[in-house]
Amino acid sequence: MSCRVQLEDFDPGAELSRLSAGKSHVGAVASFIGLVRGAGDGVSAMTLEHYPGMTERQLVAIEQEARQRWPLDDVSVIHRFGRLLPGDRIVFVAVTSGHRAAAFAACEFLVDWLKNRAPFWKLEETDLGSRWVAAKEDDEARAERWETASAQPKGEM
Amino acid sequence: MKVLYFAWLRGKVGTGEEELFPPPEVKTLGDLVGWLRTRSPGHAQALADTSLIRAAVNQDYARLDHPLSASDEVAFFPPVTGG
Repeated sequence: MSCRVQLEDFDPGAELSRLSAGKSHVGAVASFIGLVRGAGDGVSAMTLEHYPGMTERQLVAIEQEARQRWPLDDVSVIHRFGRLLPGDRIVFVAVTSGHRAAAFAACEFLVDWLKNRAPFWKLEETDLGSRWVAAKEDDEARAERWETASAQPKGEM
Repeated sequence: MKVLYFAWLRGKVGTGEEELFPPPEVKTLGDLVGWLRTRSPGHAQALADTSLIRAAVNQDYARLDHPLSASDEVAFFPPVTGG
């Protein structure tokens, strides 16, 4: 397993190769890469703030939750912070498993839960100034459909 | 007690971190929110509506009835928007 929170960019190809190298029991690698969306939304840059310590702790907890649900061989999560430009990579999630069903499902679960639980906040820069991105109800609904009692508290703390 | 503020809460409070010594009657996270609101107009504004904020005690999500002790690290922040 590997959960990293870092300023610098990452190499998805190298990461995918590392995950499956020398593993004859792995039959599937599923991955997701999140990018800064700019054009159309009027966003010229974005700064990701996070809570050092809690971020790593929550990412490890999310990974452990995924491992309890699916038979996973390995998990890699990389999340960047700092100032990013449209097109930059923000997040990388990849899982390896014996079969594709577990790999696809666990990868989607990890992204949905990470969006709902990992303590990151996005500050967008636009022509009109900067603004903190509000959490989307859709993201919360996506996390909730994985049926958990321990998701990020909703509403009143 | 270390109290941290993130994103727009940090802007309203005016600092990202403070070392505080709440009075003994502050026994829960909810008590702490009430006490912090009295510290400055910025605190009061940041913590005015608890439905808009989330909190963590010792880096785990916590609710208002969560008990507190002097050595805890408490954080207040908006709903998260990573990924």
